[in-house]
Parts: sequence; C-alpha cells; structure tokens
Amino acid sequence: MWLASKIKQVVLALKPGTVTLKYPAEPRPAPKNFRGQPVWDHTKCIGCAGCADHCPARTILLRDICQDLRVLLYDGARCMYCGRCADLCPEKAIVMSPDFELATGDRNDVTQSLELFMLTCNRCGRCFDMEIKNAIDKLGLRGYRYDSLEARTVLRRTTDRLAPEVLDETGTFRRPEKIGG
Amino acid sequence: MAGLLTKAAAKAFPKSLWLYHCNSGACNGCDIEILNVLTPYYDVERFGMKLVGSPRHADVMLLSGAVTRPTLPLVKRAYEAMPGPKLVFGIGSCAAGGGCWFDTYNVSGGGAAAVPVDYLIPGCPPRPEAIIFGVALALGLVEQKASPVELKQVEFPIDAYLRNKAWEERNVIYRLLKD
Repeated sequence: MWLASKIKQVVLALKPGTVTLKYPAEPRPAPKNFRGQPVWDHTKCIGCAGCADHCPARTILLRDICQDLRVLLYDGARCMYCGRCADLCPEKAIVMSPDFELATGDRNDVTQSLELFMLTCNRCGRCFDMEIKNAIDKLGLRGYRYDSLEARTVLRRTTDRLAPEVLDETGTFRRPEKIGG
Repeated sequence: MAGLLTKAAAKAFPKSLWLYHCNSGACNGCDIEILNVLTPYYDVERFGMKLVGSPRHADVMLLSGAVTRPTLPLVKRAYEAMPGPKLVFGIGSCAAGGGCWFDTYNVSGGGAAAVPVDYLIPGCPPRPEAIIFGVALALGLVEQKASPVELKQVEFPIDAYLRNKAWEERNVIYRLLKD
C-alpha cells in the first residue's frame, strides 16, 4: 500500500514538470506595463521641475547653478518607481523603462543627472528667484510694476532704509486719542 | 556519483550563502517578494542559498524596510550577532535609501544608518528577478548593469534666443519704449 502511494506521489510530482525559471542564465523581460527605472530624454526636457515637485520620495532635485544652466539630479536608490514623474511630464520627456536589474554595490550607480539650458525671462530678466527672500521683490518677479517713484516711496524694502527721523517718529508714536478724552 | 556532484557544485559555487531575513519596519511588500524568491518557481536555492532563522547561522542579512527608530538597536544587534565575513542586502527602496520615509521623524533613513549595506536592490517592491539578479551579482554570476547616467544639452539653444529676439522685434511696445 505504501508503495502505491509513493508511486502516486511521483506521478503527481512528474506531471507539472520543471517549473523553476532559469532566470540569471536566460533573460526574463518584464511585463508590458512594468514601471522600471525612469529614463530622461534631455532633448525634450524643458526643466519645468514638475517631476521634482511631485516626486513622493523627493528623489529628483533641481539645482540652478547659474542663470542659464539648470541641473536635474535623480537618485534611484530611494525611488519608489511610482511613475508619477512620467505621468505629469508635459513634454513626455520621462519614460518608465522596463529595466529592473538595478542591483548594485554603489549608490551612485543608479543616479542620473541632466544639464539643461534655461532661457531668460523677457519680463524680469531672470528665470528663477532662488536668492530673493524679499516679498516685494517676489511680487516684482510676478509682474507687479514697481518702477513708479510714488510707489517706491510708499513701499519700503527694509526698515534700515528708513530715514532716522521717520524711525524717531515711530518710537514716539502715539495712537490717536479720543477728542476731549 | 553524489560525491562528484557535490565536488562540481562546490567548484561552481564555492560558498553557499545562508540568508537571514531581517524586517526593520517594512510594509511586507519586500518580505513577500523575498519569500517568493525562495519558492520553487524562482528557487534561489539553486545557488546554495537557504533561509535560516537566526542571525548566528547566517552569512547574509536581507534587510527590508527603512530602519525605524524602535528597530534600529535590534537591527544593529542582529548584525553584530552574525559571524564574519558578512554581507547585507538592502532589499527595496526603503532599505536602499529610505524610500519616501528618508527624512521622517521616526525613521533613521534607510539601512545604511544602522548597518553597512553592501548591495542595494532598489524597487518598491523589487521583482523577484531583481532580487535574484542581486544575489547573482554578489556571487559573480552576472555583470552589473546599472551605471550612472549623465546627460547634457550640448548644443546651446541659440535658435531659442533668436526666436525671442524676433518676438521682441515684432512686438510694438518694445519699439515704442525705445523711441
């Protein structure tokens, strides 16, 4: 009886045959809609930083190294491969490639960097306001016209540009009181 | 016959790596893929690999998950308990670089914060094939495919500047302002 059950087991085991993949010896391509390593096309990229803004893991960094040159850095080690950058790229410059064989001993091996030429804005003369912290200057970059002399006297940039007598006035400033009060 | 086979296997794979699976606060996605690798379909035991229950028996730690603050001392202790020489595989984007929790308040920011990670296998989760590729890379069976990419817009976009200049010339307001 035990022999019959053993034979049955052997037959059952032989029925499906070998299912093990010979993967490292034979290639095994990813399925059709697989999202692997994102690949940038530097000829299409316009440097809008939409991918950097929307990356959940913040693996895409943009650095403006001068007025005309913008550098995009991608760190694949902490990329989630969600494909969001490729979804929202307006120029379709990012493609999720089917490459998944990204194992490496060095973290720098899964990085990408792009150097992009940027144009100068016709209106403000620059294309980014990384340096400007002043709210009024930021308004100027957004198109607020500030070149009339009357507006300049009203809008002070900082308090240290105020005249000393004006500062004295603020020190001794008294709120208007009630008439007869 | 069996002895001959063993000798051939020992020549082909001089070292059998025993794996210790260390979950340091992963979402179980990578853990499922690690277990998938050990199933007969992907069968990482072809390379002599075997899952062991204790870090004291292991040569390789499969680290999954961004190392959270409660698990940080435990991961360090498990790494110290492993006999040397030892390897650490950071499986998944979390263990490789912290994933999207790389700067969260209760996460130490990837496996590299706790233990020296020797091999990174990015992916969220990585495919079982990607994990097999990583271990085959460690064994020297395959060549590394990932390499840093550096792209440059070599051609200075002068035509764009010319286009802007033509637009300025067409624009009447600019001409009026100049006069």
